[in-house]
Amino acid sequence: MQVFGIWVAAFLTLCIYSFLYQDNPLYRFAEHLFVGISVGYGIVLSIHEGFIPLAWNPIWASLTGDSLSGLWKLIPIFFGLLFFARLSPRHTWLIRYPIAILIGFGAGIAIPNVLRANIFEQTRGTIEPFSVIHSQTTGTAVEVMPSGEFTVFIIGAVLMVIGVICTLTYFFFSVEHRGPISWLSKVGICFLMVGFGSAFGNTVMGRVTLLIQRVDFLLNTWIGSIF
Amino acid sequence: MKRLIPLVLCFIFGIVMIATQFSPHPISKRVYEEVVNGALIISPFALVLATVTLIQTHATRILRRSDHWQYSFVVFAGLITMVVIGVPFGPKNTVFEWLYNNVQVPMDATMFSLLAFFIASAAYRAFRARTTEATLLLVTALIVMLGNVPVGNLVWNKLMSWTPWVDQASAAREWILYNPNLSARRGIILGVSLGVISQSVRIILGIERSYLGGGD
Repeated sequence: MQVFGIWVAAFLTLCIYSFLYQDNPLYRFAEHLFVGISVGYGIVLSIHEGFIPLAWNPIWASLTGDSLSGLWKLIPIFFGLLFFARLSPRHTWLIRYPIAILIGFGAGIAIPNVLRANIFEQTRGTIEPFSVIHSQTTGTAVEVMPSGEFTVFIIGAVLMVIGVICTLTYFFFSVEHRGPISWLSKVGICFLMVGFGSAFGNTVMGRVTLLIQRVDFLLNTWIGSIF
Repeated sequence: MKRLIPLVLCFIFGIVMIATQFSPHPISKRVYEEVVNGALIISPFALVLATVTLIQTHATRILRRSDHWQYSFVVFAGLITMVVIGVPFGPKNTVFEWLYNNVQVPMDATMFSLLAFFIASAAYRAFRARTTEATLLLVTALIVMLGNVPVGNLVWNKLMSWTPWVDQASAAREWILYNPNLSARRGIILGVSLGVISQSVRIILGIERSYLGGGD
């Protein structure tokens, strides 16, 4: 079964790589199979890791036990079933109920979490290096940095503040970008380009890693299983 | 009725989720957990609806004999196989795991690895150092790539043999990632987060209603 699995995986891998030559029936077969398998996998996971433990088990426990508290789960199930109103043109509007609940839930959960993780923590991370600089210069630091390392640290900390302010200025459209604002915005573009360059470099390396892994599978695992 | 009740529901759920996160009271925690579980129960229904739409689309393709309609049977075959095995026997079933490990995972990795070829050809066409900004992007991407692999160190050492930065390819990469790159990302994160918060407030207060769609 394991060898058969290796052959199936190798066949599908080659089917997909055949697209590098041109679009062909083998690639289309693998592409459509991938869609079907992925959707099926998603459904199975959402049922077994979402619906069954959170809804089915409490309801079943209520029906077979003494406590009826699990029957509360029928309310979200009712709202969930309203999604299927989309299939009836006359009752399509009912889909707004579950969507409104999920949107309200998402918006409500986002505000405190985004404030905490993305505003306060990021601002703290930007300013915090200056407390290290302060402790180093006043001699209150537990570990004293070597002078060369400390200089690089200061440059990094100052660069961080300049970068954050300039990037934010670039996205600040409430004032016209003229004079000093325009200069700050241009510096912001430079920082953004460095950010995009890093993201591009990391993406390329990630994809190349996957390619190496697939080629390694074909050469060592698949061909290795033949000879 | 058709628009007002959804707006009220959205407001109530939004306010409840905010309020329960700021209160450490046991009742508040219980309400928070129940609402989160409720949302997790509702979400799979949206996935099932999406699947129904996918089935409708492919069934229509087959009925109309559209281009490549035969492949819609392959979609159904994959979908039905996974559901028939996975739903009654669970994701720990041996056949289900076999399909996941030998069909889905290899195809997933191969699909994404295809991008390595297209990203290289796209970069060849797009990366022309015509402006300062484009040059910055190009140089940064090169340093990050060189710093990631051992062969990059060799190239770096050849290029930098006349400077004091020999053997510093990965250090240069790390400095870029943790300083200018991080500051740009922080700027973007702060901007996006402020946008998310303002949009969430608009949604909860019913100012933003586009999610209700058109009609009555």
